[in-house]
Amino acid sequence: MIDYLFDFHGYGPSIFNGAIITIQVGLLSLLLALLLGLLGASAKLSKNPVAQGVATLYTTIIRGVPDLVLMMLIYYGGQVMINNFTDWLYEAFEIDIFFNINQFVAGVFAIGFIFGAYMSETFRGAFLAVDRGQIEAGVAYGMTRWQIFRRISFPQMMRHALPGLGNNWLVMLKTTALVSVIGLADMVRLATEASKAVHQPFKFFIPVVLVYLALTTVSEWLIKYLERRYSAGVISGQH
Amino acid sequence: MNYLEELLADNDIFTLTTMAEYWSGLVNTTQLVLLSLIIGLVLALPLALMRCSNKAYLSKPVYLFTYVFRGTPLIVQLYLIYYGSGFTFNDTWIWPAFEKAFYPALYAFVLNTAAYTTEILRGAIMATPRGEIEAAKAYGMSWWKRTLRIVLPSAFRRALPAYSNEVIFMLHASAVASTVTILDLTGAAYNIYSRYYAPFEAFIFVAFIYLCLTFMIIYIFKRIENRMLAHLSTSRP
Repeated sequence: MIDYLFDFHGYGPSIFNGAIITIQVGLLSLLLALLLGLLGASAKLSKNPVAQGVATLYTTIIRGVPDLVLMMLIYYGGQVMINNFTDWLYEAFEIDIFFNINQFVAGVFAIGFIFGAYMSETFRGAFLAVDRGQIEAGVAYGMTRWQIFRRISFPQMMRHALPGLGNNWLVMLKTTALVSVIGLADMVRLATEASKAVHQPFKFFIPVVLVYLALTTVSEWLIKYLERRYSAGVISGQH
Repeated sequence: MNYLEELLADNDIFTLTTMAEYWSGLVNTTQLVLLSLIIGLVLALPLALMRCSNKAYLSKPVYLFTYVFRGTPLIVQLYLIYYGSGFTFNDTWIWPAFEKAFYPALYAFVLNTAAYTTEILRGAIMATPRGEIEAAKAYGMSWWKRTLRIVLPSAFRRALPAYSNEVIFMLHASAVASTVTILDLTGAAYNIYSRYYAPFEAFIFVAFIYLCLTFMIIYIFKRIENRMLAHLSTSRP
């Protein structure tokens, strides 16, 4: 019985590798999303109307379109754009190169780009929640804008941003499963292939479900820990 | 119709045939999303009441259900039900309920949205002011009467903003139905992309349709909120 349950017909190691790919895609796109989010929030809060307009267009469009459609647009569209570019290179300079767009890169870019929009909204609200007087005090001390950002706005903003950020990360972690659709060999795709080959879908999908649940649970602990850390010195009403 | 034909006359991709494909995709997406939202909401109401109960044998199983369905990707739930039913129930008496890809997709979506809606309703129910429940008890109302007259009407109002997000989320999540051979909007766009090798036309057009649907949902919920939450509005007539 035990032997039967844990007999993965040789697919065990590759599904484990798929789980590693899922985590890699998640962490790399988180990094990209955080960067784009900070950029988007700064643009939305800036006084420059062009930056404001671009950032608003970005967050509105991205949040109104399904992730999967955007991912297909970036993956398949990116390939066509690269092909056109290499064609142009060949015609203009007789440079003959050809390369395929990598599913991993396309997936990370798509997810990072999509969640950058959600992060922008989270960071925007959080920056607005920082007391104006704090920033004025920084200006009065003669700090540069970067110093004010690094020492005053950012640490206090993080406390307000963390709950929203944590939610975004949990949604994002689950969105990484969509990279299986554009052909990246993450654990969902490998489980699909394995269950088609062996005709035992539950055997391969239940471990995948368990890995996602474990990742979600660990993430929740980590978010709680970070929230406690960034709330140091804040006196709350209840305790 | 003539106008449409003229508009599409000198265009290779957006012909009447592809427009018809997009249209049937829109119909499929709408059917799938509306049906799963309605059934999901009907399931979520008793589940939320159970989840709020202080009896562990009522609240714990519901907690497990929402934990599993909110903690895993919808696409995995869909594959599990789609491939799982395909290999397990094939040619048994229950097979007609899984025969067309539409059904397993519907079950996955219903369970998923029921889990999220349960948690939304739970939050709204838990936020009922203590005094209101105490007043109801002082009037001698039974649990049923309290729930029906006092708790649920205000809980539904409180849940509206979060539920409108869930509806939009469901519309966007329904795109994964295209991965199990259902020709929804995304499936139609993919077919048109692969026929003409025109990713930008196919996907940007479908993105635009989704964007319009999203704005429509936002508008409808704004209208409902204005009506239902009029007592909270800050502007006076």
